[in-house]
Amino acid sequence: MGLLDKYRNPFEKSNIVITTVDKFINWSRLSSQWQMFFGLACCAIEMMATSASHYDFDRFGVIPRPSPRQCDLIIISGTVTLKMATRIKRLYEQIPDPKYIISMGSCSNCGGPYWEHGYNVLKGVDRIIPVDVYVPGCPPRPEALLDGLLKLQDRIRKQSLAKKTA
Amino acid sequence: MNPKEIFDHLKTKFGDAVIEFKDDKPVDSYIIVSPVKIDEVSCYLRDCEDFQFDSLSCLSGVDYADGNLGITYNLFSFAKRHKVNLKVIVPKDSPKVKTVSEVWQTANWHEREAYDMIGIIFEGHKDLRRILLEDDWEGHPLRKDFQVPEFFHGMRVPY
Repeated sequence: MGLLDKYRNPFEKSNIVITTVDKFINWSRLSSQWQMFFGLACCAIEMMATSASHYDFDRFGVIPRPSPRQCDLIIISGTVTLKMATRIKRLYEQIPDPKYIISMGSCSNCGGPYWEHGYNVLKGVDRIIPVDVYVPGCPPRPEALLDGLLKLQDRIRKQSLAKKTA
Repeated sequence: MNPKEIFDHLKTKFGDAVIEFKDDKPVDSYIIVSPVKIDEVSCYLRDCEDFQFDSLSCLSGVDYADGNLGITYNLFSFAKRHKVNLKVIVPKDSPKVKTVSEVWQTANWHEREAYDMIGIIFEGHKDLRRILLEDDWEGHPLRKDFQVPEFFHGMRVPY
């Protein structure tokens, strides 16, 4: 920064923006969180409503992608059964880094209404994969999911290349 | 035809294989059928001109918690607009019953579900494997004495 101070910002009147690598990479990451085309239960209906024109997930750069190879984000939208859990883990492993997870709704947060008698329900998706943001609700309204995404963007904004996070 | 008439008809046709007629209001009436003859009785109910039960509305497994398991068949005839319920009761230590999946195709998946959840063995079923749970799941979770496993594939199951 010393150089810039010396010349009193030589780029002031040109079309060049000065930033740091961290800020630039974080900005590009958080602005295009491509989401896996993946819904599990009733939360998926709310997720679809969030993607639809009224709430418009796309304005935050969230676009559903049909392959884990092209994704940055999984929204675990619904009840994770034990049978599905192994598949989710596999899909998670197929996503290239950096990857982020939003756990949407009570079921994927902690088992939800199936916490006691759900013999085939995983009591929280964080038992198999690391979760970045938990969105509570049963199911959460689209506003809540949008807030969850903004929380995730905040997290990404604080990342640094120098130290590995998540 | 009403269920009582259907029962009388079946009784004269199959004798001991058709065990009992129960009509406890307000519960729907039902006919208890022998597990080894249920396929023949079903086939007859479907093909006989008077009955024409062309639709199996539902097939469900039950654990009566008294050492017996049961299967309930809800039949409906679109041609005749009448319905009847059949029940089969089998002992828990040997829950074997003849399949009706050859009579109504609907029964194929329903019987797989009853096998998966309650553990009823449908003899003669072409593809009797679990339909909902993982293939290597142990036990049948809708049985009253089912114990939830501590771990499954390394994942902790209880809360």
